[in-house]
Amino acid sequence: MEQGVVLTMRHISKNFPGVKALQDVDFTLRKGEIHALMGENGAGKSTLIKVLTGVEEFETGEIRIDGKNTAIINRSPQEAQMNGISTVYQEVNLCPNLSVAENLYIGREPMRAGMIDWRTMNKKSRELLESLDIHIDVTMAVENYSIAIQQMLAIARAVDMSAKVLILDEPTSSLDDGEVEKLFRLMNKLKAQGVGIIFVTHFLEQVYAVCDRITVLRNGTLVGEYKVEELPRVQLVAKMMGKDFDDLAAIKKESSEQKARGEVVISAKGLGHKGTIKPFNLDIHKGEVIGLTGLLGSGRSELARSIYGADKADSGELFVKGKKLLVGAPLDAMMAGMAYLPENRKEEGIIADLSVRENIIIALQAKRGMFHLLSRKEQEEFTDKYIDILQIKTADRETPIKQLSGGNQQKVILGRWLLTNPDFLILDEPTRGIDIGTKTEIQKLVLQLSEQGMAVMFISSEIEEMIRTCSRMAVLRDGMKVGELEESELYQDSIMKAIAGGGN
Amino acid sequence: MKKDRRKLDGNSFLLLITIALFVVMYIVGVILFKDQGFAKTQNFLNLFISNAGLIVIAAGMTIVMITGGIDISVGSVVAMVCMILAWCMEKAGWGAIPSAIFVLTIGLVFGLVQGWLVAYLNIQPFIVTLAGMFFARGMTAVISKEMISIKNEMFLSWAQCKIHLPFGGYVNKKGKLIEPYIYPSVIIALVILVAIFILLKYTKFGRSIYAIGGNEQSALMMGLNVKKTKLKAYILEGFLASVGGFLFCLNTCSGFVEQAKGFEMDAIASAVIGGTLLTGGVGNVFGSLFGVLIKGTIEAFITFQGTLSSWWTRITIAAMLCFFIVLQSIFASAKEKNKK
Amino acid sequence: MEKIKKLTSKRLFMPVFCLIIMLIAAVIASPDFFKIDIQNGVLYGRIIDVINRGSEVVILAIGMTLVVAASAGTDISVGAVMAVVAAVTCSFIAGGQQSVNEYINNPLLGILLGILVGVLCGCFNGFLVAKLHIQPMVATLILFTAGRGIAQLLTNGQITYIRVDSFKMLGASIPGIPIPTSIFVTVIMVAVTMLLLKKTALGMYVEAVGINSRASRLVGLKSAKIIFLVYAFCGFCASIAGLINSSRIYSADANNIGLNLELDAILAVALGGNSLGGGKFSLIGSVIGAYTIQTLTTTLYAVSVSSDQIPVYKAIVVVIIVSLQSPELRKMFRRLKGKGAAQASSGKGAA
Repeated sequence: MEQGVVLTMRHISKNFPGVKALQDVDFTLRKGEIHALMGENGAGKSTLIKVLTGVEEFETGEIRIDGKNTAIINRSPQEAQMNGISTVYQEVNLCPNLSVAENLYIGREPMRAGMIDWRTMNKKSRELLESLDIHIDVTMAVENYSIAIQQMLAIARAVDMSAKVLILDEPTSSLDDGEVEKLFRLMNKLKAQGVGIIFVTHFLEQVYAVCDRITVLRNGTLVGEYKVEELPRVQLVAKMMGKDFDDLAAIKKESSEQKARGEVVISAKGLGHKGTIKPFNLDIHKGEVIGLTGLLGSGRSELARSIYGADKADSGELFVKGKKLLVGAPLDAMMAGMAYLPENRKEEGIIADLSVRENIIIALQAKRGMFHLLSRKEQEEFTDKYIDILQIKTADRETPIKQLSGGNQQKVILGRWLLTNPDFLILDEPTRGIDIGTKTEIQKLVLQLSEQGMAVMFISSEIEEMIRTCSRMAVLRDGMKVGELEESELYQDSIMKAIAGGGN
Repeated sequence: MKKDRRKLDGNSFLLLITIALFVVMYIVGVILFKDQGFAKTQNFLNLFISNAGLIVIAAGMTIVMITGGIDISVGSVVAMVCMILAWCMEKAGWGAIPSAIFVLTIGLVFGLVQGWLVAYLNIQPFIVTLAGMFFARGMTAVISKEMISIKNEMFLSWAQCKIHLPFGGYVNKKGKLIEPYIYPSVIIALVILVAIFILLKYTKFGRSIYAIGGNEQSALMMGLNVKKTKLKAYILEGFLASVGGFLFCLNTCSGFVEQAKGFEMDAIASAVIGGTLLTGGVGNVFGSLFGVLIKGTIEAFITFQGTLSSWWTRITIAAMLCFFIVLQSIFASAKEKNKK
Repeated sequence: MEKIKKLTSKRLFMPVFCLIIMLIAAVIASPDFFKIDIQNGVLYGRIIDVINRGSEVVILAIGMTLVVAASAGTDISVGAVMAVVAAVTCSFIAGGQQSVNEYINNPLLGILLGILVGVLCGCFNGFLVAKLHIQPMVATLILFTAGRGIAQLLTNGQITYIRVDSFKMLGASIPGIPIPTSIFVTVIMVAVTMLLLKKTALGMYVEAVGINSRASRLVGLKSAKIIFLVYAFCGFCASIAGLINSSRIYSADANNIGLNLELDAILAVALGGNSLGGGKFSLIGSVIGAYTIQTLTTTLYAVSVSSDQIPVYKAIVVVIIVSLQSPELRKMFRRLKGKGAAQASSGKGAA
């Protein structure tokens, strides 16, 4: 192994059914460096981490770690830890009811005469935390501390157990600026001690604030490894998103005629949800497709969710066609003519064991109320209609939705909402994990709907798709709406600049 | 500052409420029933004497509840243990010692089976122990439908061995010194209580139980053997249920089908009133002891009062359980809100 | 072969199969099982007995099915609620006396009062589960133990007898009609519930909430409301079952009405092919399951197992069914099979 290198991964490949998750990916981590692993959805970064930590197996390639002469294969996170690779996740894996000291030492408590030696444990914990500049009462239960402190405790535990490679998987997602600052100090401290840190994050600012190197992945392949100072922000965004247009048919409407804007359908004034999206103003007009762009975790889904009431907004006001609307639950938003296709299809979209028919009519049924059941005949007509319009491939309308492919499930959910005939349709990543043909169909459909006068909010990680479908865009960064782009400004370069924000 | 924060900790707060409640209830009892002798030392000791079995069982219940589970079979197990003891000694002619060892083994096996179903087959603890509850009660009837009274001399000598305490005595009208007394069952119960306290506080197994109840996923990620720990917890619980049954039997000296009905409720209520969270992760056997004492005090009230039916005990306990559950629920949602 | 596969994959195959096995066992235990006579103008025979006596279990199973489907938990208070309802009705009708030979108060009013109290008990459970998010079993444990105490208090610890013929009709039969009344009530309950599920969206709502409550919320369903409703309905079912049982013994016996019936109801749901983890359900499956349980009970009586010993067998059946439903067990078998196969193939390799 090269001098100063602590971990190498070479030619790693991994397939999931139908998807090449990783193809011949290389990754190198040096001693005492903070290395950002970047990529959009489906780029393969979480798979790479899982392969490294033994959560998933890999098919080809080898992993070597400093101090071991042979290649290592981790079969479980515990095994990875024994090899010196520890991970700290976004959702902290600590036991909230136990004390700080216990969380640091559980499973390896200092013993005396067959009993846990609490005094020594507390003393050792205090010393450990003090060496990392964390000054807290180690006898208090962890639940009394903020997520940031918990995050740091998890790191302290990981480092104390095995200190070669530390993986931080989106540790900053729920931290405020001051807390992030503290975390960075800790990271720098560990770096000085020679720990190699892999840092996974969506926040560009943070990458440039703390990292030494960046490895970019896209579509399961390695784009490249760069030194931070050699890669300006805009270029990083470009590399993450991929510059080349794919060969989808150009379906963008003629942009020559500047349509007069319709009436305002939705108007948000200072709407926000603490911790996920800072208060924002936004007007959405009849017949327009408004895109929300920004990197993953920038608050684009959260903005949509706060309008629909999926996460109840805790500040600001919402007006629908000029009338103030209090959204207590999604049903209120639905009654006001909204519809929402959530990002997480499996957990928030499909109702797995119910049939295609039931999944399609359920939203309309909920709007009508329990005692106004749609007749079976109506249900079947509606279902057949949308199976036909959206070309849903299903054996039967009574097939459980879980048996359909991802793309067809998505179409069913789309059908569910079109059936409610909404004035305002929110589509959060409607094309993710869907084959290219279906993608185009969905994009065409969005344009059709807007022509018929529906207001559509479109969220996607794929910038080409956004350019093709949107007539206006709102740009988000780090949980905040930072600007809007008019139709004339919708070009790849300008969008990427807006996403990347200040700095270089 | 630090001390203040600790006081505000919701869980210790619940425990404080419990202890305060007990003290207040007892004082009220002393005031109301002073003439009937509520204030005597012996009356206080009777709380322990009549509830020795429950103390042990509540301790076991606390353990499984800390893991996030529950065991509603304990009442039936007590009945089964009493019946087996009675049957072995009276019908099969066994000695008291082999009979005792036999029932303790049965408790272990019972816990093992329930624990395996919960830990390794991942079946809801409630369903498993519900089945266990009906099984044990039914088995009691299978062994004998008639009540069997225990006449084994050794057993009775255990049951009637009074241990006099050198304090708190008084001189009665005839001028004779009456010393307050306890039975060996009280000593056994308290020793077990202390042992469980040490086990939970000072052993890896004990701390794993808390960790699992706090966050099972995290416990797994931290490298603890979740399944094995759960299994052990249920085995221990089964064993303690049989010990509790044995102590219970020392009080009643008989076995019959309807014995210890609703005992599971008493045990769960004692644990919950003593500050054990239904969601797991938090609990303390000494808290549960106070839960038991509160239940005992309610019973004493009803006995001293004289006209109320014994069903009031059950209803009061249920009402208190309900009250504490709601309290827990309110504390939990307040905590959630604070986090946000 | 194809046909058999098609048959076994049907949802109701297992419940029906279990029922048939049980019926065969019943015939072996008592060869005159299917014999039907008419005595005193009423149908008589073991099979009639099963259908008649099974009414309470069937009615409880209806409510329990919905509770399980929506909340992935069971209501273990139903037996105790039956006792409460019986106590309320009887002590009202008897005007507080211990035994009456004629109605002191209007019996219909008493029945309505009983039903109201039963529904209230269900609402209490529903409130704890839906609003306070307490595990269903713990929430219903409160009434499970306190219920019989309340019933005792209502009847002053005595058994309150209503020795009036018309009061006995619900549990026995109406003069001139050879079929026991409780069978009619059961049919009506099942039909009404089926109609409710077919003619309103309740069935779909319950399934949706049970399968994926997050997604259900986003399509506009109010899961707390639905769960509350289902528990209230379960309380209603328990009160009807309680009234039938009370009428059978023309009294309110707080200790014995509905005793151990919660286990039967849960068992009926599981035997009906419904997962105790919630989600999709089959009401007919539960009804078949309920009759299977009743056949088991009757058969055990026939081989002179006493009523207090029966729970042993039922508990074993419960454990077997839930174990078979457990994915962990299937995984374990697969691992064993895998090992066996691996050993076999390696054995072949060596040869």
